[in-house]
Parts: sequence; structure tokens; C-alpha cells
Amino acid sequence: MARAVTTQRKALNTLAAWTVGLLIFFPILWTILTSFKTEAAAIADPPVFLFFDWTTENYSAVMQRSDYAQFLWNSIVIAGGSTVLGLIVAIPAAWSMAFVPSKRTKDILLWMLSTKMLPAVGVLYPIYLLFIRLGLLDTKIGLTLVLMLINLPIIVWMLYTYFREIPGEILEAARMDGASLRDEILYVLTPMAVPGIASTLLLNFILAWNEAFWTLNLTAAKAAPLTAFIASYSSPEGLFYAKLSAASTMAIAPILIMGWFSQKQLVRGLTFGAVK
Amino acid sequence: MATQHARSAARLMLAPAVILLLGWMLVPLTMTLVFSFKQYLPLRGGDLGWVGFENYVRFVTSSAFWPSIWATLIIVGGVLVITIAFGIALALLLDQPMWGQGIVRILVIAPFFVMPTVSALVWKNMFMDPVNGLFAHLWQFFGAEPIQWLSQASLPSIVLIVSWQWLPFATLILLTAIQSLDSEQIEAAEMDGAPWRSRFIHIILPHLSRAITIVLLIQTIFLLGIFAEIFVTTQGSFGTRTLTYLIYQRVLESQNVGLGSAGGIYAVILANIIAIFLMRIVGKNLDA
Amino acid sequence: MSNSIRALMGACAIGALATAASAETITVATVNNGDMIRMQGLMDEFNAEYPDIEVEWVTLEENVLRQRVTQDVAAKGGQFDVMTIGTYEVPIWGAQGWLVSLNDLPEEWDADDILPAIRGGLTVDGELYAAPFYGESSMVMYRKDLMEKAGMEMPEAPTWDDISAAAEAMTDKDNEIYGICLRGKAGWGENMAFLSAMANSFGARWFDEDWNAQFDSEAWANTLNTYMDLMTNYGPPGASTNGFNENLSLFQQGKCGMWIDATVAASFVTNPNDSSVADQVGFALAPDNGLGKRGNWLWAWSLGIPAGTDSEEAAKTFVAWATSKEYTELVAEKEGWANVPPGTRTSLYENEEYQKVPFAEMTLNSIEAADPNQPTVDPVPYTGVQFVAIPEFAGIGTQVGQEFSAALAGQQSVEQALENAQAITTDEMEAAGY
Repeated sequence: MARAVTTQRKALNTLAAWTVGLLIFFPILWTILTSFKTEAAAIADPPVFLFFDWTTENYSAVMQRSDYAQFLWNSIVIAGGSTVLGLIVAIPAAWSMAFVPSKRTKDILLWMLSTKMLPAVGVLYPIYLLFIRLGLLDTKIGLTLVLMLINLPIIVWMLYTYFREIPGEILEAARMDGASLRDEILYVLTPMAVPGIASTLLLNFILAWNEAFWTLNLTAAKAAPLTAFIASYSSPEGLFYAKLSAASTMAIAPILIMGWFSQKQLVRGLTFGAVK
Repeated sequence: MATQHARSAARLMLAPAVILLLGWMLVPLTMTLVFSFKQYLPLRGGDLGWVGFENYVRFVTSSAFWPSIWATLIIVGGVLVITIAFGIALALLLDQPMWGQGIVRILVIAPFFVMPTVSALVWKNMFMDPVNGLFAHLWQFFGAEPIQWLSQASLPSIVLIVSWQWLPFATLILLTAIQSLDSEQIEAAEMDGAPWRSRFIHIILPHLSRAITIVLLIQTIFLLGIFAEIFVTTQGSFGTRTLTYLIYQRVLESQNVGLGSAGGIYAVILANIIAIFLMRIVGKNLDA
Repeated sequence: MSNSIRALMGACAIGALATAASAETITVATVNNGDMIRMQGLMDEFNAEYPDIEVEWVTLEENVLRQRVTQDVAAKGGQFDVMTIGTYEVPIWGAQGWLVSLNDLPEEWDADDILPAIRGGLTVDGELYAAPFYGESSMVMYRKDLMEKAGMEMPEAPTWDDISAAAEAMTDKDNEIYGICLRGKAGWGENMAFLSAMANSFGARWFDEDWNAQFDSEAWANTLNTYMDLMTNYGPPGASTNGFNENLSLFQQGKCGMWIDATVAASFVTNPNDSSVADQVGFALAPDNGLGKRGNWLWAWSLGIPAGTDSEEAAKTFVAWATSKEYTELVAEKEGWANVPPGTRTSLYENEEYQKVPFAEMTLNSIEAADPNQPTVDPVPYTGVQFVAIPEFAGIGTQVGQEFSAALAGQQSVEQALENAQAITTDEMEAAGY
């Protein structure tokens, strides 16, 4: 359905879109550039963009001070673990809501979403006491569970909206052929829903990676992810823009790169049923 | 039609998710409810007994209460308006034919991957700092007095930071919706000589209503709880103390768990009011 | 608890014991200040001496650190074996029995060598509850070159009028030189630390002897008006969001004529690697008004051990090492005398090498000029110079700080700010049962 477009119009579109795109991306670009400056160059007046003495000293300073690899590993385990765990719980639930809906399905769904509105600060004290009792403080398992729970409503919802777009007849046909429920979900539904599941997985990985309240409050040394790593660079003594930028770049680079490579998958399923 | 067997199986499969979330909601909520009726001061020995509704009264009568509700509503509302308005504009733009569309999309998406703490730190220090920030340099370049963003324009600054983070999300969902729009319909309208404005209002906007509702719902859920952006930038000064932040101050800074818990219960009530309100709108749109 | 979980935990406990035999791990929570970062770089030296103690660091920005350790100690979470806390927390936590007494640190650690003002602030009923890592007061740091250009001289013990005159003379806004930089960022440990200490020299106080808030007094109005005059006329733009770090950065860039802040800043502003004005910094005592009290505070970042830790002995070993005379010598040897953690030991100030450091004497004089037990002109029921050592203070101080910060940003008048401060304080004290 290609509409006839003049080259001039296309050029104009391109110009406008690139300008806006670069503007939106600029804070990240600026952070990355600053991370390669000396502290003095980072606050130079007027600011310098590209023509400065590029240095990696900030990165080596950060690496020397913090055990980056451990923070990174914890982030991967916690974000990955909570996403996988969430999918295991959510896929059956979403199946049940999408293909065997009852009168209360919508209410349950909306109730699930409303649990996300509980203010985390309000329940910090109770959760902290519970975690002490259960020995879960500063453990990756404890944090994985919490992040799974806070993102579960989103996972269920996303999958639900995606599953609904799959025609139920196909599943019924499989059932007629004598497939068990387990087979139906594992071998018929799941393969068909791969794009939706992939997108859900990615979105939740991002949300879990960036969660900065529970990850900071329930960890100390062993399970602390990159959000805690950043908390040690946020406002130290003296000039710190360049080192802060380096630490920031290190904290966001893994997820940024992953996000860029998988953006097609992420975008494809990120509709929440917005498109009929 | 689902069989009886399928129905019971469905219930069984829904159970883990429901039970987990019920536990996650009820256990802390019950404990918060209990604390809220107590004089509970960890730094003065912990549980000092029941006090009835004293904490509830004290929390709402404090001079900080109503301003905090307003701050919450302004921030949530401001971010919603900005992300949806700019999201639609950006989605329309990205839908146009152009060179390097993939790259532009990558650029636009990027802020969504940045953790809130990092984005708040970067904006606060490297852009909004009144002396060394890039904005200050920019303003000076044009001969203007630099704005003291985080003190003189504190709420707009926070709305700006948060909007930057959520714009990609809104744009993506709206873009998918626009792409599904039947272009023949638009072309037909175009042929009929309908001006751009009426095409937008009568065809595009109604088509997007569902996507807009979804963006509204999901963002509200996340925005009601924003904390890191305020903690890092203003620490609740200059009128940026949201309800969430006020509770934080009561619980952690004043170490008054009873009072903070009462605030937590109020926040739950507020969230539910907003939720019911949203559900009314969304519920209609959620029907297949 | 089910049997299987119990069995599992038992197994874990045995596992923990097995590792404990080879190496004991202690978790140290600390703030991301330069001296602490430096210590982390010296852990090889510690491990050479104590190979079977492994130290895990949790380094956090000050506000996050406070929140984390307070939460943990109050809920008895047991996540940390050593906590970096200050003279505000120690008396409160010590009185609650939440800290391990350090009276039994080894003889050679030499408790009598600790500066009396600092030691007093960390002692409750004769028990020392934390070991000072570095101590600080506040003082005036000024630019000698700018003063000379203005044809002025800074007295060793200036009055607030002297400060005002100097600020006016040095201000040159066209060249981005601001006569005076002071804290404006809200927080009990930020602007309120400065303002409470300043108020002491104006004869103001937080509470009278019956715990009534005193923000309606004339002394507080004078304090705040003087502060506002200085900052609006001679201060940098955006001062209401400037804390210690922001001001340090401004001063190092040569944008401040004067800066009244922590004595530890002296080693940063005189360090030629970071500071463009390193060789031009002069020091003077914090100002007064001739009422007998100066506007300087007293603080010590200290290492405390929470009661109930599993590794009390290892934690004590570490604390004793980090706050020892040997550690001071180690830093001096590696990084030079100007970089040793200051303000805790008499012996350091008697050391001839250290006396050559330009700010050594003024730091000691400032610390000795502060008296946490009699901080104000009129009598008060509390201890603490720039804070009130009661649990409610952190919350109150920060809220009052936000009012004053808003006044500095021009969002409300001084009268309004004081009125709000009075209301908030009265309200919170009532909530706490005073």
C-alpha cells in the first residue's frame, strides 16, 4: 500500500524524525561522551562535545573501586530469574483467562493490576521484618521473588492480551486430536505465542533491571545489583561528573545493548491489546 | 464452549498467580494496617501500644498532607499529558516514510532502558545544574539568566525527567496502533478533501483511543509510585513531596512507622480511587 | 517452620561454620566519601596483617546509607557487622543498647589519645560506642588572592560582620565569582547543620528547657535574615540545591570567595590535582557575634558495631585497625600527610610532620571550640551542636530544612519559613510524646 511520496516530503520527514530522535537520545549520548572526559573537561565552560582528550581513566577508576562484575552478575540473575519465574506462573494463568473466560476474569485481571498500586515505601517495614524472619535479606532468591511478584500483574496482562489474539479453534482442534492440557499449552499455544512471550520477557527484564527501591533496600553486599552500584557514585566529594557518567554508562550499557538488538521482538508484542 | 473439565483446569492454572498476588497484597497490607493503629517508634523501643485512629488523624491534619496529594496529581497528570501528546505526535512522525527509520526508532526507544536513578542523576547534574549544567550554558549562550531548575521550576523539572523516561513507552504502543490503521480509509478521506485536522480528529484519534487508554492505565500504575526521581533530585523540597515521598519521610526519616503506615493506608485508598476511576474508562475499552 | 526448611537452614549453618574456620567475612557499610574510598584501596595491607578476615564493602551515598543502616539496626536485620555512623546516631543507638561497647579495644589502640570533644560525643554512660574514623568541625575557607585584590584581610576569628564585608568585596558576578558559598540544600545534615551551628552564634536554640520549639524567637529571625542577605546578595545561583559536594566543586573551580563548611574540605581544596585554587586558600575560625559561641559544628564519621552481629571479634579487629595510629601512618606513607583522616587523635596534631599541613592547626582549634554538651548561649535540654540528639530530629530537621531551602529559593518569606518551621517542630514533638 505504498503511498506515492515525493522525495522532498520524505527528506523533510527524515530531517524532522532524526532531529527529534537525536534530541531524545542526547542525554544518553552526552553521558557516554562525558564518561570519556577528564573531570576538568567534563565541566569545561563552554562545554566540549567531541574535541577533547579521550580517556578511559574514569572506567579504570570505577573498575578499581567497585566489583562491577559482581553487581552485573547479580543484576542478570535477579532480573532474569524473576522474569522466568514470572512467566512460569503467568503463562497458565493467562491461558486460563484468555481461553476459558468466566464472568470474573476481567475483575481478576484488574484486581491484579491494582496490587501494583500499593506504595512500596508504605510496606517496606513489614516486608523487611518478614525478610528477616525468613532469612531472605540480601539474598538473590528473596529479591527475585519480590521482583517477580511486583511484575507479575504486567506479565499476566501482556500475555492475556496476546493470547486472546490467537484463535481458540486451533487449540480446540488440538484438544480434539487428544492432546492433553499440558501438551496443548507447551506444544500448541507456546510456539504460536512466541513473539508475545518474547516481548513480555524483554519488557519484564527491563523493568526488573531498573527497579531501584526494593533492590536497594533489601540488599547489602552479596545480592546487590547495579542499582546499588550507582548509589555509591551518586554524589561523592569533589568533581564527579566524569566518573558518574562512566558508572552510569556501565550500569545502563548491558540493558541498552540488549534492548537495541531485540527491539523488534520487544516492539512486536508491546501492544497490551491496544490493536485489534 | 469450554467443557467442565477445561473450566476446572483453568481454575487450577489461575490459582498460583492469584494466590501469590493475594499473599503479596494481604500479608504486608495486614501488617501495615496493624502498625497504623499503633504508636510504633523503632528508635524509641518499637511497639508502644495501641493508639486508635490517632495516626490517621495526625497524618491528614499535617500541613504537608494536601500539598502532597496535589504534587502527586500534578506529576502524574503532567507526565500523562506530555507523554500522550508527544507520543501521538512522535508516532505519527515515525509512521511517515523516511530514511533510517530503524535507527530513529532505536534512538527514541533508548530512554526506556535507563534506570530511573541514573536518569535522575544525569538530568540533575549534567543538565539542570545551575552552574555546570548544559542548560545553564545554553541559556548563557543566548544571554539569558540560567534557570534554577530544581528549585524554581521543581515540579516541571521532575515532570520533564519522568516524561523523558516514559515517552518511548507511550510512543511505541501508539505507533503500533497507528500502523494498524487502515490506510485506505485515510486515503479515501484525503481524496474527499478532508483537511488534515479533521482527518486527525475523526479518523486517527478514535482509532487510537484504545491505545491511549492502555498507556494511561499502565503509566498511572507506575507513576503513582515514583520515588527515585524525587529522592535523587529534590528530596521532596520545593513542593515536590508526593504522597509516596511523604510516607517515606514519616517511616524512614522520622522513623515513625505507625504514622507512616497510616499514610500507607491512605495511599492505598487513593490508589484505589484512581484505579476505580481508570477501570471505568479502561473497562469499557478492554472489552474485546 | 517445616522440618525440611529447618534441615536446610541447619545445613547452611554448618556450611557457614565451615567457611568461618578458614576466613571470616564481615560486611562494612560506609559512605562514599574520599577517606573511606581510600581505605578500601588499602585493604591489601589489612589482609596482610589479618589474612583470615575478609571485608565486604557496601559503599553508598550518604542519604541512602543513613536510610539503610537506620532501617537495619532498628529492625535488627543484621545485614552489617560494621556501620559508618556519626555523632548524631551514636548517642541514640548506644542508649538503646544497639551498639557493642568498644571499651575493651586493645591497649595500644590508645583511647586516651582520642580528642576529648570527639570522644565525648561517642560515649554514653562511660561506654565508647563507636570509634572515630575522622572528625570535623567547620571553619571559614577563603581565597587569599581575592581578599588581597579587595585590599582586605581576614581575621583569624572573624565576626559575621567581617564575613559580610568580605563577601561584598570579593563578589564579581560578571566573572562568576561569588563572595560566599553556603549550604542551601535541604536536609538535617545539609543546610540545617550549617544553620543550626550558625544560629548558636546568634544566641538561638532549637528548644528551650521544656522542649518548646524556638523558631519564633528573634535570634532565629536574625540568623535566617543574615543568611538570606549573604546568599541573595553574594551567593551563587541555585544555592538552594547546593550541599557540601556542590559547594566543594564550586570552590575548587574558583567560583567562591569564601566557603564556610566542614574542616575536612580543607584537604580537597588544597589538593592541586582537583582544585584550581589549591595554593590560594586561607583558613579562619567560624564566625561569631560576640555572644560567646561560634558558628562551628562538631561531627565524627565513626565505625560502630551493631549488637547481635555474628562476627563481633573480627569486626572489632577491623574497627581498631581502621581507626588506629598505624592506619594514619600507613596513609601518610602512601598518600602524604595532608590526606590522613583528620580530627580524631591528639597525637596526630603533635606530630611535627602533620603540623606542616596548612590547615592542621585551624582544624584542631575549630574542633576544640565546639562543645556538644553546651552548644548554645541559653541553656538547652539536648546535646549536639548542629543537631539535637533525639531520634525525631532527623525527620524534623529535614522538614525544617526544606522550609528554609524554599525561603532561599524565593518561594516564601523568612517569616513564613520560620512560622512553618515552628509549626512542624511543635507538631512532630507532640507526635513523639514530648
